[in-house]
Amino acid sequence: MRTMPDHSTSADVAPLLRVRDLTVPLPGGERPYAVRDVSFDIARGEILCIVGESGSGKSISAGAIMGLLPHHLTPERGEILFDGVDLLRLSETEMLARRGRQIGMIFQEPMSALNPTMRIGDQIAEVMAVHGTHPGPARRKRVLDLLDLVGLPDPATLQHVYPFRLSGGQRQRVVIAMALALEPALLIADEPTTALDVTTQAQILALIKRIQARMGMGVMFITHDFGVVADIADRIAVMEKGVLVEQGRATEVLDSPRHPYTRHLIAAVPTGRAVPRGVTVEDAPLLAVRNLIKTYTTSGGPFRPKRVVPAVCDVSFEVRRGEALGIVGESGSGKSTIGKCLLKLQGIDGGEIVFDGQDIAPLSQAAFRPQRRRLQMIFQDPFASLNPRQTVGRILTDGPVAGGEARAEAMARARTLLDLVGLPASALERYPHEFSGGQRQRVGIARALALQPDLIVADESVSALDVSVQAQVLALLKDLQKRLGVALVFITHDLRVAAEVCQRIAVMHRGCLVEYGPSAEVLGASREDYTRRLIEAMPGRAWDARRQPASAA
Amino acid sequence: MSAGSPITGAAPAQAPKATPTLDHTPAQSVLPQRVPSMALARFILAKLVKGVLVVLCVVVVNFFLIRLAPGDPASIMAGESGSSDPNYVAQLRTQFGLDRPLPVQMATYVLGVVRFDWGFSYRMKLPVLQLILDRLPATLLLMGSAFVFSVLLGIFLGVIASRTRYTGRRRWLDSLIVGGALLLYATPLFWLSLLMIVLFSVELGWLPAFGMETVGAGLTGWSRVLDITTHLVLPTVSLGSFYMAMYVRLTRASMLEVMGMDFVRTARAKGVAAPAVIRRHVLRNALLPVVTFSGIQLGQLAGGAVLTETVFGWPGIGRLMFDALMQRDYQLLLGVFLLTSAMVVVFNMLTDVIYRVVDPRIAFEGGR
Repeated sequence: MRTMPDHSTSADVAPLLRVRDLTVPLPGGERPYAVRDVSFDIARGEILCIVGESGSGKSISAGAIMGLLPHHLTPERGEILFDGVDLLRLSETEMLARRGRQIGMIFQEPMSALNPTMRIGDQIAEVMAVHGTHPGPARRKRVLDLLDLVGLPDPATLQHVYPFRLSGGQRQRVVIAMALALEPALLIADEPTTALDVTTQAQILALIKRIQARMGMGVMFITHDFGVVADIADRIAVMEKGVLVEQGRATEVLDSPRHPYTRHLIAAVPTGRAVPRGVTVEDAPLLAVRNLIKTYTTSGGPFRPKRVVPAVCDVSFEVRRGEALGIVGESGSGKSTIGKCLLKLQGIDGGEIVFDGQDIAPLSQAAFRPQRRRLQMIFQDPFASLNPRQTVGRILTDGPVAGGEARAEAMARARTLLDLVGLPASALERYPHEFSGGQRQRVGIARALALQPDLIVADESVSALDVSVQAQVLALLKDLQKRLGVALVFITHDLRVAAEVCQRIAVMHRGCLVEYGPSAEVLGASREDYTRRLIEAMPGRAWDARRQPASAA
Repeated sequence: MSAGSPITGAAPAQAPKATPTLDHTPAQSVLPQRVPSMALARFILAKLVKGVLVVLCVVVVNFFLIRLAPGDPASIMAGESGSSDPNYVAQLRTQFGLDRPLPVQMATYVLGVVRFDWGFSYRMKLPVLQLILDRLPATLLLMGSAFVFSVLLGIFLGVIASRTRYTGRRRWLDSLIVGGALLLYATPLFWLSLLMIVLFSVELGWLPAFGMETVGAGLTGWSRVLDITTHLVLPTVSLGSFYMAMYVRLTRASMLEVMGMDFVRTARAKGVAAPAVIRRHVLRNALLPVVTFSGIQLGQLAGGAVLTETVFGWPGIGRLMFDALMQRDYQLLLGVFLLTSAMVVVFNMLTDVIYRVVDPRIAFEGGR
């Protein structure tokens, strides 16, 4: 660990934030300290990225600075000097005056970060109200200015809107407007773009950078994605299991990482280039989708007009045995709808879904049931998609048993499956909450494989995972696909990820398929503007171009 | 997230034109599609029409259900007067119209109801509507005070309990409130009523145990109000306790859940002080389950009042219903049923409206 590495030039000028030996015990946790002896500085006008996996103590550090730690965590040692004052010694009242006014904060989940029962203008105005600034009409004007500053359209109307009307990216802009309302000297951004799709992420990153430069704020930016880091950081601090293992200038850490953990994290970042792989692919399509149409209609009533929302219009593609097809698009592009239609979790309004020579679209649920075994799904959220009251053994055997297999036999295979996905056999007796997100997603994959399907639909199956865990799960998927020859429909918003696993990529935009072809072609020589925009939005592209020759050598 | 957005109707964020710096989503996608007050009026109208239909159905079903009970007013009256002369019974039946075919009787009754003629109670020798309206204020008073008592005290105690849940020193307060609530809703209503009568009326003599006012006192003005209030205390507490205990638990659980939500952390990061966080951000979002349950409570209060009114001799609808049932007073019984079903429908409607006031998301979600 290095302390005070590269600020010797400005040593006489006190930094905006100076954290020294911050130590927070973790009672009843898997390690004695949530963070231990963490020291870093943030200067005015500087973006410090704190990088690490979930549970590495990044958010605890941020919480300690804000004085917003969960009630069972109390800093034991160390100091947090903000403008020369130790925040850890301040009373709650003194902290209240600083929160929101001198230190602003943005959070990971824009969908839940806003009060659903309060208009967004009022939520922004509340910051000024509690700190007693901008009295009278100035407050309303400031709200409008802020909404404009963060690039939201039509502030005058938008301020009266409730959060549920906004998309994730728009909500994150509102949260940013709130954090910036009083022009704080320090902005803490805790994974602000992790829950957003790639294009929105690029926009939010650009926004934070633009405003940071204009206001000269110090920014503490927490993330697990080195791609994002490469786009935004001035300096980088890497945390592993509560300990700060490396810090330095962005270019230094990115291009010549010293600590093995940093190298491990960097290696996990997907390259965004098609990976040529030798996979035996048959010519005959296993699944052929032709002119698929799906429209959502809200049921009207005598007092309510019908509303029609086209979700998928006229989409055709094929998947061959042993092949992985990536369906890529932003939120609302209709990609998940396609996934649901393929598994007949949803009816369709037109077109054919020919699976192994048979059009399954017109089949009734009862007639389709024997086929269901052959089409399986891996879901997005590893926390919500496993029944918390069932053991892993039960989760893995329920499907085969429902298909007529004996429980003991299914149990024996479940053991093999766990081995296949890299989990110990002892997992059979345990419950989902005993596993980490990545491990749960492995259980989800094993569950899909338990029925020996021909086709697996993976809907954003790695989006909720840290980049390093994501890399492991992707490697597992690739490996399994190769060994078992199963076809994969991989739905994602992240082109980088699709490039890792898929031979072919279909790009969706507003319900339509805009580009469809081999991965190398789509990524390397895309014909469509929209695809090129998606490619441009991939984080860390400049750095990626730089590091690629190095890692190839 | 991608799965939900096509359904909620929010237009997908438009991709930037040239460089990915700003997403200019079309402004109209975030604007309300209709004026809220219009939507509310339309909503209430739709509910009203459905409500009237439901009440009419209830009337018809009740009409036939009552006839399934053995005996009719004529035989009971004849029995009471000591005469079993079939001619007398038949004469009574003709007099009450009970000899006509059932569908005709029903049609007559329903047509009457629609014209606000709810029939005539042959036992009380008074029009049903008048009887009910005479008793209605007493019941409404009891129901209202029990409701207010249970909701206000329940929410208050629930908030206190949730606030002290994670404080080391005042943790006992949470345990006390939760334990008390558990005890209250495990205790049968009539048992609680009797215990309270024994303690507060018989032993201590603080509160009256019977009736709505002191008979023959001839009180007027504020002293009458005070008299009624003291009479009201015991019935209110015994009718409202069970629900109060429910509200305590509901509010507490809901508050604890909302306190852990992201937007509460956002509010704290803005520098909002703890009491204001609870008031402005937590409470309103925590109230939805309470609103749901209070709708159920209001619907059940009318029924629950039968027992309480009997125990405390409260001169309300519940008592009236009990007497009418024992005497096969069809018309009166049907009238009471009509009133209580109309009340349930109205309370449900109120609940739906309050939902929309508390949670803006509900008002615009069509199709559900």
